[in-house]
Amino acid sequence: MTAHSTPSATVLYDIPGPHTRKRHRVYGIVSTVLLLALVGWVIHLLFDTDQFTSAKWSPFEYKGIQELLLRGLGNTLKAFAYAAVLSLALGAVLAVGRLSEHRPVRWVSTVLVEFFRAMPVLVMIFFIFVALKVQPLPALVAGLTLYNGSVLAEVFRTGINSVERGQGEAAYALGMRKTHVTTYVLAPQAIRAMLPTIISQLVVALKDTSLGYLITYEEFLHAGKLIASNLDYDLPFIPVVMVISPIYIGMCMLLSWFATWVARRQRRNPKTEAVGVGRAQPGTLMPGAR
Amino acid sequence: MDVLTDNFSLYGKGFLGTVELTVYASVLAMVLGFVMASFRVAPVGSLRVIGTVWVTVLRNTPLTLLFFAVLLGLPRFGLVLPFNVFAVLALGCYTSAFICEVLRSGINTVPTGQGEAARSLGMTFGQTLGNVVLPQAFRSVIPPVGSTLIALAKNSAIAGAFSVTELLGTYKTLNELGYSIIWTFVWIAVGYLIITLTISALFHVMEKRWGVAR
Repeated sequence: MTAHSTPSATVLYDIPGPHTRKRHRVYGIVSTVLLLALVGWVIHLLFDTDQFTSAKWSPFEYKGIQELLLRGLGNTLKAFAYAAVLSLALGAVLAVGRLSEHRPVRWVSTVLVEFFRAMPVLVMIFFIFVALKVQPLPALVAGLTLYNGSVLAEVFRTGINSVERGQGEAAYALGMRKTHVTTYVLAPQAIRAMLPTIISQLVVALKDTSLGYLITYEEFLHAGKLIASNLDYDLPFIPVVMVISPIYIGMCMLLSWFATWVARRQRRNPKTEAVGVGRAQPGTLMPGAR
Repeated sequence: MDVLTDNFSLYGKGFLGTVELTVYASVLAMVLGFVMASFRVAPVGSLRVIGTVWVTVLRNTPLTLLFFAVLLGLPRFGLVLPFNVFAVLALGCYTSAFICEVLRSGINTVPTGQGEAARSLGMTFGQTLGNVVLPQAFRSVIPPVGSTLIALAKNSAIAGAFSVTELLGTYKTLNELGYSIIWTFVWIAVGYLIITLTISALFHVMEKRWGVAR
């Protein structure tokens, strides 16, 4: 659904005629004017509180500070890379556990998945950091892995369960063992269908790396805070937010767009169309939403 | 074990802080989410753009960054409010983007024919919306709204790290008092479980009552 296209028939209203279109144009102009007024007011406020003075923007010219920001960004990406790989691995293990034929294995993995999904990520990260006295990076990665891993386990499990039953039955009829059926027949189909959801969950992991800031891990936001609270530059909080947020939001948007791109490509793909898996729900981008 | 009995009032204060934050932020998120969802399905182009930008930006913002910008940035703007209000603002705005998408997908589940039938009976826009479309949409969004609000309750932990009185924040005081850190966290975890399970039970009841049987 693009924002600029003319509205097609929806449940809410008919395709507008010439009269209504004229009326809508008036509404459009009025709301645009109101919006521009709001933006203008914000810009006025920014100038009014001296956010564009050279003192507040000068830190970004220094090489040391640029390096500080880059190092922070590098640390953010490092934490993300670890967390992504490990949570995919943990997710696979827990999903296999939940699909196991042995009842104790199934129970243990169900309890683990349910518990880690129900806890706030930050509580787990703090627990590992404060109570177990782990260094910031491993604590952050461990917390993110436990949470995203158990969410991904559910994604993998529903993916494997949604592959048509005949596929597995046919494989068993050929004499394959359960491991072979899962790895050669079910998992490849499930992963293709689940790829958009998996990538969306990785966006959550990327967003949550910023929690490292709260346990003094020297990531991107931490670097920003260091610059922002510097008295020499007249506490440039707003400039720092204006520099940091586009980069953060841009990274996450890129990954989200990749997820939608994969989803759109797959919808046209006859190989995955056979596996009827629900599209990634909008809520999946949010940590904790199922 | 005695961490809880010795510091019941501290835990209680933190627990109530989380509940309060969750309730206020939920209300804000529902209201803002409803406004943005109606923008996104509006026939006016510029309103749709506003809704889309709001959702896209907020869904891709790390909540910690949003808290940082609102709690530490806005005061530099000359806007000084209590930290709790700022926390509600950040949490509510963030969640509103997810609520908006849930509501919009709920409206999309109503078949186009329903609206067409209502209009062909001569119903006005308000009647079509209020009597035909929204009741059906409402019934299909109960479960996803529930899980979004559970996520909100869990996300409120971040407010504690930004020194808002809240359940997770209690660990700092207890740590300084020298209590067993493991038990401190066990009771914090129990507190969060009580909150999320209550929301989940509430929405389960609502779904049983009004949900669509498919």
